[in-house]
Amino acid sequence: MSTHNVNPNGDEHAVVPHGEHAVVPADPIADPGLHHDELRLTDVDDKAERRAERQVAGMFTLASLLTVAFIVFYVVVGIHPDNPENGVNIGDVQVSNLTLGLTLGLALFLLGAGAVQWARSLMTSPEVVHQRHELRSDDETRAATIADFDTGTEETGFGRRKLIRNSLLGALALLPLPAVIMLRDLGPNTGGTPAQRKEHTIWAEGVRVLTDVTFMPIRAADLEIGQLVNAMPATFEALPEHGPERINERAKSPVMLVRMLPEDIHVEPGRENWGVDGILAYSKICTHVGCPISLYEQTTHHMLCPCHQSTFDLSDNGKVIFGPAARSLPQLPIAVDSEGYLIAQSDFTEPVGPSYWERTR
Amino acid sequence: MSAIVNSAGKVVDFVDQRITASNWLKRNIRKVFPDHWSFLLGEIALFSFIMILLSGVFLTLWFKPTMAHVVYEGAYLPMRGVGMSEAYSSTLEISFEVRGGLLMRQVHHWGALIFVAAMSAHMLRVFFTGAFRKPREINWLIGVVLLVLAVAAGFTGYSLPDDLLSGTGLRIIEGGMLAIPIVGTYMSSFLFGGEYPGDDIIARLYPVHILLVPGLIIALVTAHLMILWYQKHTHWGGPGKTNNNVAGAPFFPIYVAKAGGFQFIVMGVIVLLAATIQINPVWLWGPYDPSVVSAGTQPDWYVGFLDGALRVMPAWEFYIFDHPVSMSVLIPAILLPGIILTPLALYPWLEQKATGDTREHHLLDRPRNVPVRTGIGVAFIVFYVLLWIAGGNDFFATILEIPVNWITWFIRIGIFVLPPLAFIMTKRICMGLQRRDRDKVMHGRETGIVMVSPDGEFSELHAPLSQAQAYQLTWHERQLPSDPGPATDANGIPNPNYRAKRAQARLSRFYFGDVVQKPTVQELEAAHHDGHGGSDSARDELPSGQQ
Ligand code: HEM
Ligand code: FES
Repeated sequence: MSTHNVNPNGDEHAVVPHGEHAVVPADPIADPGLHHDELRLTDVDDKAERRAERQVAGMFTLASLLTVAFIVFYVVVGIHPDNPENGVNIGDVQVSNLTLGLTLGLALFLLGAGAVQWARSLMTSPEVVHQRHELRSDDETRAATIADFDTGTEETGFGRRKLIRNSLLGALALLPLPAVIMLRDLGPNTGGTPAQRKEHTIWAEGVRVLTDVTFMPIRAADLEIGQLVNAMPATFEALPEHGPERINERAKSPVMLVRMLPEDIHVEPGRENWGVDGILAYSKICTHVGCPISLYEQTTHHMLCPCHQSTFDLSDNGKVIFGPAARSLPQLPIAVDSEGYLIAQSDFTEPVGPSYWERTR
Repeated sequence: MSAIVNSAGKVVDFVDQRITASNWLKRNIRKVFPDHWSFLLGEIALFSFIMILLSGVFLTLWFKPTMAHVVYEGAYLPMRGVGMSEAYSSTLEISFEVRGGLLMRQVHHWGALIFVAAMSAHMLRVFFTGAFRKPREINWLIGVVLLVLAVAAGFTGYSLPDDLLSGTGLRIIEGGMLAIPIVGTYMSSFLFGGEYPGDDIIARLYPVHILLVPGLIIALVTAHLMILWYQKHTHWGGPGKTNNNVAGAPFFPIYVAKAGGFQFIVMGVIVLLAATIQINPVWLWGPYDPSVVSAGTQPDWYVGFLDGALRVMPAWEFYIFDHPVSMSVLIPAILLPGIILTPLALYPWLEQKATGDTREHHLLDRPRNVPVRTGIGVAFIVFYVLLWIAGGNDFFATILEIPVNWITWFIRIGIFVLPPLAFIMTKRICMGLQRRDRDKVMHGRETGIVMVSPDGEFSELHAPLSQAQAYQLTWHERQLPSDPGPATDANGIPNPNYRAKRAQARLSRFYFGDVVQKPTVQELEAAHHDGHGGSDSARDELPSGQQ
């Protein structure tokens, strides 16, 4: 049951609600009908009209001039150094960028502004009103369409010929499979499952700890209390320049060496001899979603990940003390070799980086 | 001029003799386009997309989508001798060795930011004015998909130059993927061609960025516009503007000139931004190195809310049969987008449930007249902005000089408290505005002139509204909450649909129970007899209707 009122314009102006409904009261104010726009100054004043015309033409002309200026700047403002040895001058690039951009940008802008101004102040089109029609087709057309469809279906016998129908549906259902299967080789076929590849880095027993960037071996005495050094395994240097291996290890193997007063360190059972004179090594890869961690606060031994601010306590086995990371930073057990350089005792004892399904406890 | 018209006539003649073009043109060339500033938002999105296409094609002429290792020998001295990918070195080439190359890179990037921003603003306008209602639900859905595609386009593009920032973004994506139970490591392995980052990803993102996503966007934008054209634009109500007509300027020439002009204005503004404000100076970030990150770097603005969600989520991981499930990653990175997009996509149907209304709507709603919808929209904005602030919590901590953790805690609590609060406040404000409209219609406009009656009573003089002014405040529909009716009919037979109807009525009451209704004819009359001045002119002309 629905009720609606009809206002003087004949259009429905009330809601047809679902259920039973109170009568919707009539609208209080009648539609006074379209009122037409007032005349513009340019419609009545010849001078104003001519001024508007000049404005529009002026903008278009200026746009042309700016386009020419763009070409001039392109030719005149060079960025290529006279002597390739010298390299590019950033100042030249900035001047080129600014001059090209200003001329092109302003040319475009004026072209647009001119067109809009033309339409607003000079074009004489009146306001137009069109009637809308209901989008739904009328019942007759709908019925005829459905009848046509039924006839077509009937002619194929799609409903009756179950054998054809089912075999067709079966064939169509299988067809996407090759498309999916063919994507299989997006991932590698050798080297075990993706999870297995995550389990190991190129750290191993006896591998020297090298400073990052300069790749120098490190003696315990080289590190002062409170210092932090980014480090890589010596095995990294041997990786080929080309191919993915080098960058992949770069994403897994980096460690941070920190040195603190031995009495400040709270050692977990089983890790008593993982450090050397207060020097500890932790994975640099955040256990949240894998950013390299970088902000160290000496006094508190807190390590902050700049990505989402997970904070790890390096004096307490890399435990999380704030932020979204749920696991401690993996620690790399280290020792010194016969020449007094820091080496790894083994690979990491757990996978580095974010959690994943196969990474059992 | 007439030469132009003549040759245009020849073209039309040629085409018409072959595909009967005149017939269609005749019906459409003077098609009505209503005008309102808020209708320009969608146009900004479209026009910035065109700018992105043009600048993007220019970039492809030099960009090398490969991670092959090279030692840089190009024009930028500080990087000479540094090992990097060809993608990064070719981005340096575009920036420093191609005249106008830096400009086009900056145009492309500024265009991307504006594209997503304009789309979002356009979507909010459609939401708050109810333009998504029948018959426009399909275009609403297309819009939601377009928004997702735009973000995908932006993210894949951001990753292409293979600089430090783009690599960091990809790493976070990888971490998010790994959190997906059972298949996470496989998805990551298939995407990156093995371990992260590998040397395939740029070459794989490239076709997605320049072909697949833009192709889909073009196809959907075309559908969007064809549907818009066919259904005719919505318009605001007002004198003579009803649900059954559409009033405005003719497509040719006014709309063509205005929209065509606006296209150039949008392009001009983007180029001017690119000329004057530096964006993504990749040469300062350096090539991607997975062991380095720079503090304080931000993603593009439209990814900020996801990054913020990752930041404020507390650590939460549990084990199912010894397998870790990282809720602290799954919720913000995987579930949150779904939690936001699903109700967004389904909203038109949700509201249809509340109104129980299956008619066509071509008149826009003033946001105040649907307080609950407006409240929901504002609550969503608050939710989004909080996450977005979370994405810059280190930045805000620095400028406010407070610890980052305070901001994180503020957001953790605020995300649950503030959106409902915003809902209630917005609803109240809308109802207040409705009440003011109602008072104006009943008693006229306040003049600020205070009168003293002979017996010393003060009152403010109210000036009557014209009929047009009063109509402007009352053309909207009177939407009353629906009533489920009795549970049993007169003979005591239970109504089988009663439960469904009651549920519908509850939703309807939630939406419309508190709406301040415009006055009825009787109320208006009663107000007049109060002698408050009132809107005399409006009333006098009441029965006549048209002027
Ligand atoms: C659909 C919307 C699109 C968006 C939102 C978008 C966004 C982006 C962004 C943000 C960048 C990074 C730019 C930088 O700072 O260097 C980018 C790079 C790039 N885009 Fe697009 N893009 C879109 C479409 C296209 C199209 C259609 C093409 C080509 C036909 C294209 C070609 C490129 C190329 C070659 C690059 C890498 C060059 C460079 O970074 O300098 N893009 N895109
Ligand atoms: S990646 Fe370190 S906190 Fe998110």
